[in-house]
Amino acid sequence: MEIFAANQHDKYIIDNRHDDFRLAFLKETILFLKDYFGSIFTSVKSLLTGMKLTGYYFVHPKEIVTEEYPNNREKLKMNERFRGEVIMPHDDKNEHRCTGCQSCEIACPNGSIKIVTKMEVQPDGKKKKQLDTWVYHFDMCTLCNMCVHACPSDAIVMGQNFEHSVYDKKQLKKILNKPDSKLMSGVEE
Amino acid sequence: MLIEENHIAESGEFIINMGPQHPSTHGVLHLKIWLDGETILKIEPNLGYIHRSVEKICENLSYRQFSFLTSRMDYLSSHINNEACALAVEKAIQIEATPRAKAVRILLAELTRLASHQLWWAAIGLDLGAVTPFFYAFRERELLNDIIEQTCGARLTQNFIIPGGIMQDIHPDFQKRVKEAMQQIKSKFDEYDQLLTGNVIFQQRLKGVGYLSPENAISYGCSGPTARASGISCDVRKKVPYEGYDQLQFNEIVRHEGDCWGRYLVRIAEMRESVSIIEQLIDNIPDGDFQAKTKAVIKLPKGEFYQRVETARGDFGVYLVSDGGNTPYRCKFRSPNLSNLSAIPEIAQGSKIGDLVAIMATVDLVIPDIDR
Repeated sequence: MEIFAANQHDKYIIDNRHDDFRLAFLKETILFLKDYFGSIFTSVKSLLTGMKLTGYYFVHPKEIVTEEYPNNREKLKMNERFRGEVIMPHDDKNEHRCTGCQSCEIACPNGSIKIVTKMEVQPDGKKKKQLDTWVYHFDMCTLCNMCVHACPSDAIVMGQNFEHSVYDKKQLKKILNKPDSKLMSGVEE
Repeated sequence: MLIEENHIAESGEFIINMGPQHPSTHGVLHLKIWLDGETILKIEPNLGYIHRSVEKICENLSYRQFSFLTSRMDYLSSHINNEACALAVEKAIQIEATPRAKAVRILLAELTRLASHQLWWAAIGLDLGAVTPFFYAFRERELLNDIIEQTCGARLTQNFIIPGGIMQDIHPDFQKRVKEAMQQIKSKFDEYDQLLTGNVIFQQRLKGVGYLSPENAISYGCSGPTARASGISCDVRKKVPYEGYDQLQFNEIVRHEGDCWGRYLVRIAEMRESVSIIEQLIDNIPDGDFQAKTKAVIKLPKGEFYQRVETARGDFGVYLVSDGGNTPYRCKFRSPNLSNLSAIPEIAQGSKIGDLVAIMATVDLVIPDIDR
């Protein structure tokens, strides 16, 4: 008898639960569908917001997004401080401002500068140290501007050329002072 | 390791190698990943593919020269790395940069941070499958790089800072161009939100992925946006102000999500903070010299010197040991990326292999900084 009663009781509870379950299931289904379609709606909306932006730039081609490789060499003007390579300016009389003091050689962090000096007899008979060759290993240079910053007589500056590719590495070893060039007068005072 | 590999082959797990030439590792990082199906069991980062022994080379360079190599470490915040080196030397020889130099340094540092975060924003879109944001982020980055090139001469590896100040005075057009660029960038932040932040697909890939707990962030030594997204306030600019950051009004962005989405939002908010710092300072650059007088040969007194700065990725430290000579006796760089990388095995454990790309992208690793 007790077992039977217990079963009756259980059945009653289960039946009751069943109704609850049905209601809850219905509610959950509605919520789920709402969520499901809602998320589809928001995703499509978010995609369309992005598409709207790209579409705007598609119909406004004048608002440039990307940049081209500079092929307009004639008109192209680089920034005056642009560090392309180290150069030594010479004036019309083939004179430079380098005194051969080796400040740049000392300042260079990776040894890409080698300065060779020579002793030259001055008109007044005294011997004086002069620049012979200014050797520049461009293949080692990191364009850090330390040599230009260290130079006391502004003999070297940064050039604006930005295309340096060559077929042979040996061509990157440059001698900056031109042949038979002389020291500009009045630099060493 | 060989025995372990044999054992794993028996039990059905397998190993794949991500990198060193994988596009989403942003460099030559090699991750050895133990997998069970798609789930990550263990990650072992394998370093050394781009090791150049920067610290050892620095021992043979003078105190003016040694900062140029730090540009090649974290090349996206090269200016801030140089700043750390110069500050360490200045701390040791007890001089201060001139007020003008300090202001210009902060401005350039924030421009660098902005450019770095924009590159990160471009790359995260590319990593997670959105190609378009890359071009839009580079449009603004180009503006900033042009400004930096006009003043410093180089776009990425500037080497503009020397102990005591900066190499050259700012370009006459600098202030005007920065103001124009800030106006444009501020108006384009909405575009960023439209393209990526609001995108549901993008959000689903980041939300709840790659959780880093505050405890782990501290114990792995994470810093920068990675740690700040886990609720840790660690901005060096606020905690140990340098260069006069304490006189500026800006907020430290801290979020408590700890997942990839939190890290994303921290960086987006940091871009806006950088813009506000630049706008505060751009009209108030003090007049005067841009370079303090230093001796021709800088010699540090005997002792140990340490200087921290906040780069775009976190806490960067320069540790110098001097024996009184004109070159460092020992030089050590504390790079934020190495510590952030060490947290990745912990973050990624248990997540799927597709999520690893999102984790790598939001931690924002720069590999040359890890290897040095």
